[in-house]
Amino acid sequence: MSSPTSTPGRKRARTDNPSTRKHLCFCDTLNVTEAFYKYDSVLSTVLPSEVDMSSPLMYGTPSSRVEGTPRSGVRGTPARQRPDLGSVRKAPQVDLHSDLVNGKANDGQNAGQRLVIWGTDVNVGTCKEKFQRFLQRFIDPNSTEDENAGLDLNEPLYMQKLEEISVVGDPVLNVNCGHVQSFDAELYRQLICYPQEVIPTFDMAVNELFFERFPDSILEHQIQVRPYNALKTRNMRSLNPEDIDQLITISGMVIRTSQLIPEMQEAFFQCQVCAYNTRVEVDRGRIAEPAVCRNCNTTHSLALIHNRSVFSDKQMIKVQESPEDMPAGQTPHTTVVYAHNDLVDKVQPGDRVNITGIYRAVPMRVNPRQSNVKSVYKTHIDAIHFRKTDEKRLHRLDEEAEQKLFTEDRVQTLKELAAKPDVYERLSSALAPSIYEHEDIKKGILLQLFGGTRKDFSQTGRGNFRAEINILLCGDPGTSKSQLLQYVFNLVPRGQYTSGKGSSAVGLTAYVMKDPETRQLVLQTGALVLSDNGICCIDEFDKMSDNTRSVLHEVMEQQTLSIAKAGIICQLNARTSILAAANPVESQWNPKKTTIENIQLPHTLLSRFDLIFLMLDPQDEAYDRRLAHHLVSLYYQSEEQLEEEFLDMTVLKDYIAYARTYINPRLNEEASQALIEAYVDMRKIGSGRGMVSAYPRQLESLIRLAEAHAKVRFSDKVETIDVEEAKRLHREALKQSATDPRTGFVDISILTTGMSATARKRKEEVAQALKKLIQAKGKTPAMKYQQLFDDLRGQSETAITKELFEEALRALADEDYLTVTGKTVRLLA
Amino acid sequence: YFYLLTLAYNPLHCLSSFYISASSQNNPESGWEAKAVLFFKEQLKDKEAHTSVPSLNDVPLHYLKPNSLVRFRCLIQDMFDPEFYMGAYETVDPSTKARVSTSLSTPAPRFAYQTQPSLSSLYHPRVVPSTSYVPSRQKRSYEEDDDMDTHTEPHGNGDCKRQETEAPSSQTTSASHLDLNFPLPGEKGPSCLVKVYEDWDSFKLNDTLEVYGILSVSPALSALAEEKDASSSLLDPAECMETAEEQRVHSPPASLVPRLHMIYAKPLPHCNPLLPSAALEDNSAFLSSTLSEMASVRTELLAYLTHVLLGDALAAEYLILHLISSVYARRDVLPLGKFTLNVSGCPTVASYTERLYQIIQQLVPCSYRLSMSLQNMNQLRLVPKKDYVANRLVSGALQLARNTSLFLDETQLEQGQLDTTGVRNITALGNLISWQKVDYDFNYHQMEFPCNINVLIASEGRSLLPSDCQVHLQPQVAPPQMEEYLSAIHMHPQASSQLNKFRLYLSLARTLDYSISDEVTKAVEDDFVDMRKDDPQSISAEDFHRLLVVARLLSLSLGQTSLSRDSWMRAKHIETLRRSRTEQQQQCVNGNEP
Repeated sequence: MSSPTSTPGRKRARTDNPSTRKHLCFCDTLNVTEAFYKYDSVLSTVLPSEVDMSSPLMYGTPSSRVEGTPRSGVRGTPARQRPDLGSVRKAPQVDLHSDLVNGKANDGQNAGQRLVIWGTDVNVGTCKEKFQRFLQRFIDPNSTEDENAGLDLNEPLYMQKLEEISVVGDPVLNVNCGHVQSFDAELYRQLICYPQEVIPTFDMAVNELFFERFPDSILEHQIQVRPYNALKTRNMRSLNPEDIDQLITISGMVIRTSQLIPEMQEAFFQCQVCAYNTRVEVDRGRIAEPAVCRNCNTTHSLALIHNRSVFSDKQMIKVQESPEDMPAGQTPHTTVVYAHNDLVDKVQPGDRVNITGIYRAVPMRVNPRQSNVKSVYKTHIDAIHFRKTDEKRLHRLDEEAEQKLFTEDRVQTLKELAAKPDVYERLSSALAPSIYEHEDIKKGILLQLFGGTRKDFSQTGRGNFRAEINILLCGDPGTSKSQLLQYVFNLVPRGQYTSGKGSSAVGLTAYVMKDPETRQLVLQTGALVLSDNGICCIDEFDKMSDNTRSVLHEVMEQQTLSIAKAGIICQLNARTSILAAANPVESQWNPKKTTIENIQLPHTLLSRFDLIFLMLDPQDEAYDRRLAHHLVSLYYQSEEQLEEEFLDMTVLKDYIAYARTYINPRLNEEASQALIEAYVDMRKIGSGRGMVSAYPRQLESLIRLAEAHAKVRFSDKVETIDVEEAKRLHREALKQSATDPRTGFVDISILTTGMSATARKRKEEVAQALKKLIQAKGKTPAMKYQQLFDDLRGQSETAITKELFEEALRALADEDYLTVTGKTVRLLA
Repeated sequence: YFYLLTLAYNPLHCLSSFYISASSQNNPESGWEAKAVLFFKEQLKDKEAHTSVPSLNDVPLHYLKPNSLVRFRCLIQDMFDPEFYMGAYETVDPSTKARVSTSLSTPAPRFAYQTQPSLSSLYHPRVVPSTSYVPSRQKRSYEEDDDMDTHTEPHGNGDCKRQETEAPSSQTTSASHLDLNFPLPGEKGPSCLVKVYEDWDSFKLNDTLEVYGILSVSPALSALAEEKDASSSLLDPAECMETAEEQRVHSPPASLVPRLHMIYAKPLPHCNPLLPSAALEDNSAFLSSTLSEMASVRTELLAYLTHVLLGDALAAEYLILHLISSVYARRDVLPLGKFTLNVSGCPTVASYTERLYQIIQQLVPCSYRLSMSLQNMNQLRLVPKKDYVANRLVSGALQLARNTSLFLDETQLEQGQLDTTGVRNITALGNLISWQKVDYDFNYHQMEFPCNINVLIASEGRSLLPSDCQVHLQPQVAPPQMEEYLSAIHMHPQASSQLNKFRLYLSLARTLDYSISDEVTKAVEDDFVDMRKDDPQSISAEDFHRLLVVARLLSLSLGQTSLSRDSWMRAKHIETLRRSRTEQQQQCVNGNEP
């Protein structure tokens, strides 16, 4: 099944001066005949299947070689067939001097002067000239494409690329259609409408130019032009018959690739009698076996010799429209794409690609052996260029994967919205309108959606700084936490929703499984990796096993995920924000306990959340009334009334996407001063009471929040107002979650160490009291546990719980003062 | 009327006349298709009109004439890719150079040569690819439709029953090796490929439709897969795009899966044949007559269901509310109006749940019982999955039409371990209940499809799945007499008038509009505030949500289209009863297992 590459011996056939031809400016006589044949075919001589208009410019047609010695091509570099531009076919010999030809072939033009390719308005000479001018002159000073990295932006771009070709020797020139359009709109139009004719012309132009400039370079074959990014980028769904035979660019996801199909381009026959060789071209997918040997006139003596025939590579690729492009309630469309020659195996299933190619429609035959066709067509795309859309994410950190295109109008509306002074409030109220109040929580989530600015310190050895904001919601059951999570999950493009109960550590990270088809071990990524650059919503966070939760430690600070499984050791990016919801352990929030005690989560994990909100029932009449009104209207308001009140979800989506992609705010001087002050203040509050009330982590949180707030305003600078809001929000969240229920003070150590400072102090006091008690008892080496507890309780003024007593015992045991064995307490020393 | 019959018998003739009249005005692109569709719509508007068109659901395929007009009641199960076709072509007479324009009018024979017997065989009729051939090609999409009702519609319709038993032998025998891809296991019914010509964006997956179209059973449609051998497929580039599996799926034998070329389709708001299919507003007379009866029918139904639910009137009340619930709107992600009921405390003796399901099956147009046994959960495919090899959506049991009653029998659950599929299935059920959506598996990503399914969970204890409302059954019958009692439950004969009354009642109550006046809104709000004032724990926002739904359903079940104070009080009352019962039950359980 191996398929040899296309003919090395194939020579490009062209005359040295194509424009001197008498009737048409085609490069090759034989091709001209093909054009005539095309015209002739209209007059009903051909089979009905012949709807496909093949290029008259199929240079290197086999007939040219069969006929005689190959004419010298450009410096002897072989041309290579381009099956992507249409299948090669053999033209029947038609009388060149047919009367019909002259008048009609150049419809509407002055006969003989401006000749165009049949069926188009392309004049080869002009087209070639234009393209050469484009190559020589096109400069794009503000190019940001990664392909142009390392090129001098003030020099003609494509000349530099040609130079690159001469050095590297890869004879493919990728041309951005956007550049062509900005340079010469007419040329662009021709390229889009008649790619089959124009691209070979481009090839010619490029090769002439190239070999003129680099006469000595040796290439495998002649340079092929591969246009990409046809501005007519389309959704697969909007393809329709008007696009047939035009150059299109569509985006989608590869779902299947076929095995390599060797497509016979030319068959080699040998006569069994006299060993005479002959070659036969494929004609419309069929090889006509010569009935008679031309040399010895024996009939039916020719046999096909497979290994001397010429094949080209071909692969069928199925592309499905990407999930973002799909309207709700419909199944995705798929399109068949054919890749040829070196484009084979360029893409794998699962890749997101932009494909540029020619859209084709082929009639189906009723029976493969008959020429009758059905009225139904099959469509496919002959790929000319692949561009993977998500490839960038691998080596570039700052680039957002979503290359969402915004129309000018859209950008304008977004900017108008951003200019409004109350945009922050507007957006936060547009978030989950069905959920009542909880303004601060919504604001927090809004900032999370925008995220901070990504900073890269890897060169100074500090690695990446987390830009994502993590939020934990805890509170009574039934306070619509899940609903909020579900809303966020639906809002962001790369969101994942898992429930703590239903997910395991592997489900969150990655697991290795055997692919049922290929029987190879494959790494299946879990929710955290899938939500890279998005938000991972984890419901019932408290129900998660410790094992699973421990995975989150790395993700929430380092933003990576290390995997060592079944011989696969790797580190994956997991730059995801986490929005988690947890229920209190006692099903109802106990206001007498700290957050940690209520939700029983390790403090190491809690300290990684930037904001921790409590969602509690406020239990106050005015609130109840508003809530009741809100709920009733939710059920009985008509759809239109609601729409008026709130921003459209799609606007919100676009707003966030735009801000995330284009806005990268930086701290200005004042803001950094304000941040420093805020941090110092926070430290000061605590130091007055002899405890630490802020850690650098809190400062980082503040910075992130301030940046996110600047993004909401579409501002490139973080200003003092952003810092103010960040401070306020942070304080609100702390007030809710880090208040020590015993003292009523905000105590950050509850979150960072899991215990409030007062609680720690109390523990020490009890231990000391116990020690005193034991010492007072004098020289008794062993005591009853229960008796000691009762004594201590009797002695102490405040209530002493069993836990407290045990902790005190443990503290004393740590001091090597005593040991506890079963029900007895022994003194040491 | 006679005219209509001929129309139904030979619609192609009519269509081509439209084309001819259009092209005779030298204006073949004048939108004759739209005119033709409009014409057909007009003709079928009459009440009797659509009965004169044979239905593919009721009449076996071999009784139908090919290329005649038929109707088909169906559920959209999958959508195929669009395909292009030649809308019209011209032929050139070689002697006169005159061009003859022929329409391959919408559902015309698909082979050019068939319509051209007069031309000499030397000149194949050829399709003219003039440079401006664009307008003659249109786009259409394929949709694979499956019938949804054969087993789920146990109405007293004699014809319907007969259809199952008299199914053509070819269908029963050859169906075994051809997977027709029904969502529910064990389903038999015609399935069909419908070709849609316009507005194909307006159809959504899982919509229920009545399609009027032209039947095509030409065997040539299916011949492809068998005839072709490997060598020819390799040589023919047009045909090797599809894998063998894909071809098998996309062009099944036409005798089994007929093709239907759609002329037009109307969405079905419900699939109850007892109810007029047109919108309710047009039938005000019908509506007013039935509305007045609703209260009395409700009493009867309540008595009947109380009997079925072992004498538990409260549970019966909730069951009625459940049966008429339906998602009527969505606020961002929140579906409004769903009312998933968990009937806990079901006796496990005498296959009670099965009987309960049979009763419900009799009452509602479509229903499905999913026994949540460990084996089922681990093996069933609940969520539809895209099969990329065959390029189709492999259906799952949760691909259900709107307002289907899904009966989850949790009493069948036994001890054991759920494997990956099992966990996924349970998650899917949970999502379905909480958000009324199913995430279809597209291998590389998931896609969310909203749905509207009434889920009823029968369990012994509290269900492991979430539910909107839990009622603990309090049987008035002692377990020893259960068997006897159950066998005494009167199963209505298929077509009894009473059963039909119940069916009509349930479908009608679901489709009623509902509103709430400002005055009552105020009262309701006050009520909520008062309740919270007395005891904030007594009612949470979630309880209030539920109370609003209960009040809505209660009003509708009484045939009232707006909330009255009385209904509100009644809703509160039954909610209190239910809650006290649940609490009682919990205490009882806690007391037994300290």
